[in-house]
Amino acid sequence: MTEPHFGAGSSGGSFGTGTFRPGTFTPAPGRGSLGRMLLAQARTETVLTLRNGEQILLTVLIPVALLVVMSLMDVIPVPEPRVGSATARILALAVISSAFTGQAIALGFDRRYGVLKRLAATALPRWLLVAGRVAAALAVVAVQVLIIGVTALFMGWQLPSVTGVLWAFVLIVLGTLSFGALGVLLGGALRAEIVLALANIVWFVLLLIGGVALGADSLPTWLATVVDALPSAALALALHDAVVDGAAPSLGHVAVLVVWGVVAGALATRTTKLG
Amino acid sequence: MRHALGFRVVSPHPQHPAVEVSGLVKRYGSTVAVNGLDLTLETGTVLALLGPNGAGKTTTVEVCEGFRAADGGVVRVLGLDPRRDGDKLRPRIGVMPQGGGGYPGVRADEMLRLVAACAANPLDPAWLLDVLGLSSSVRTPYKRLSGGQQQRLSLACALVGRPELVFLDEPTAGMDPQARRLVWELVSALRADGVTVLLTTHLMDEAEALADHVVIVDAGRVVAQGSPVELTAHHADDRQLRFRARPGLELTLLRDALPEGMQVREASRGTYLVQGHIDPQVLSTVTSWCAQQGVLAEELTVAKRSLEDVFLELTGRELRS
Repeated sequence: MTEPHFGAGSSGGSFGTGTFRPGTFTPAPGRGSLGRMLLAQARTETVLTLRNGEQILLTVLIPVALLVVMSLMDVIPVPEPRVGSATARILALAVISSAFTGQAIALGFDRRYGVLKRLAATALPRWLLVAGRVAAALAVVAVQVLIIGVTALFMGWQLPSVTGVLWAFVLIVLGTLSFGALGVLLGGALRAEIVLALANIVWFVLLLIGGVALGADSLPTWLATVVDALPSAALALALHDAVVDGAAPSLGHVAVLVVWGVVAGALATRTTKLG
Repeated sequence: MRHALGFRVVSPHPQHPAVEVSGLVKRYGSTVAVNGLDLTLETGTVLALLGPNGAGKTTTVEVCEGFRAADGGVVRVLGLDPRRDGDKLRPRIGVMPQGGGGYPGVRADEMLRLVAACAANPLDPAWLLDVLGLSSSVRTPYKRLSGGQQQRLSLACALVGRPELVFLDEPTAGMDPQARRLVWELVSALRADGVTVLLTTHLMDEAEALADHVVIVDAGRVVAQGSPVELTAHHADDRQLRFRARPGLELTLLRDALPEGMQVREASRGTYLVQGHIDPQVLSTVTSWCAQQGVLAEELTVAKRSLEDVFLELTGRELRS
């Protein structure tokens, strides 16, 4: 059946043993279904993140360890109820870790290894390339929230009202989108090593004085005004309202998150490079 | 019309060449990478863009793929504008970017399955990985694959969607001889199955072996084009006889024995070159002279000039460097 066949160019001659049956590569082009493409890309990127040890350390292990420390030990001033307040802040940290720092670093190295160009050369429309990344980021955040939520419940956290849970859900999605846009802005423009350094430094600064580990009220007044305008503080405070008080967050915090996300997203569409 | 395998056979568009580039100009800052380049790739044929590094090959290919906007000229790929109609064009083409491309942590099968999911009628990824000798390293993350393995995966990604037109940018760079031979076989199989191929290379034997049409580029311009036979048989007389012997032979007697107009020289240490109208008589004269000198001529060959010679003649530069 498998006839050796050489359709070589003019002076190609014959080489090797023909392993390709005629018709093997007969063109049959076409785009896959949008749903299948989206699923395939989101699944691949989710699996890659969850398999990456450094990402797990950053997005799961450190937040869970901090949650335990903040709940049990009085090293960081946390308002009562302790576990609830700590949970709100750690959920914000988890979103920053994966949507911003993790996303920026992954994007920096994905560009280095040419995957964006590789995918952009397939039938994937550009908007789907972005959608797949967003879906993967949301999937990873869902895993983080599950692990942190279960840990918090073990530490004695009481689930808030349905309103609180729904708001927490909305805020986590909004936070993922806003910080994801910031992560893409950083990871899409600079060299991978610089992205790696900056994304970690920003993470650490936001954790310490961005209203995450410490509330803005524990910071000097001049700093607190700045911190209030940061998306990290806005997300942590908004989540506090939802997770601890079971209430709708203040409009100001939501607005801060939206503005950062929209501005970062608009800039990123201009600055992001494929390679 | 339906093919035996049940897939739609894409009818060629006789009115359009698969790729048509005219007057392409591309600048990076003050550097002119491509300077008024023209080329035509007929459907179902293989075209090799041959030239040294920095000749503008990759830039030309990336403009055709829609990755870069041209600064001047007209580019039509499958009758489409690759920038404006990219979403229509990309499902129909297969692309092997220079240096490959993959998530640093992705495994070969995950990457190929992802690209396969973007196509309507993909080839079987497992079969393709096997053909390209990647089955034994499917667990290895992309960043730990060798350069040659990354190239083979990239080639698989270019072919998996059963494209009608394939762009292969330096497809054998970093590959060992076996892998190179496999790529050559693949390109031949693609051509036989009616796939149009545009490849770039700086290896003349590759262009000579694979391409129906060779376009030699240098400094962003086309310096010559034609079939390998046309390019190398420009002067039918211009064959050369080459042999190896001990270095430093005295060539005066040989020169005197050969017909008028023939050139004899020691091209490099121990390699002798006779150029001009090489006929059986000339061959006999050379071997008699060797016998008189008590010299055993090794690796004695009579050959047409190669693409390398053509290139050297046109640009005064070595192709490989």
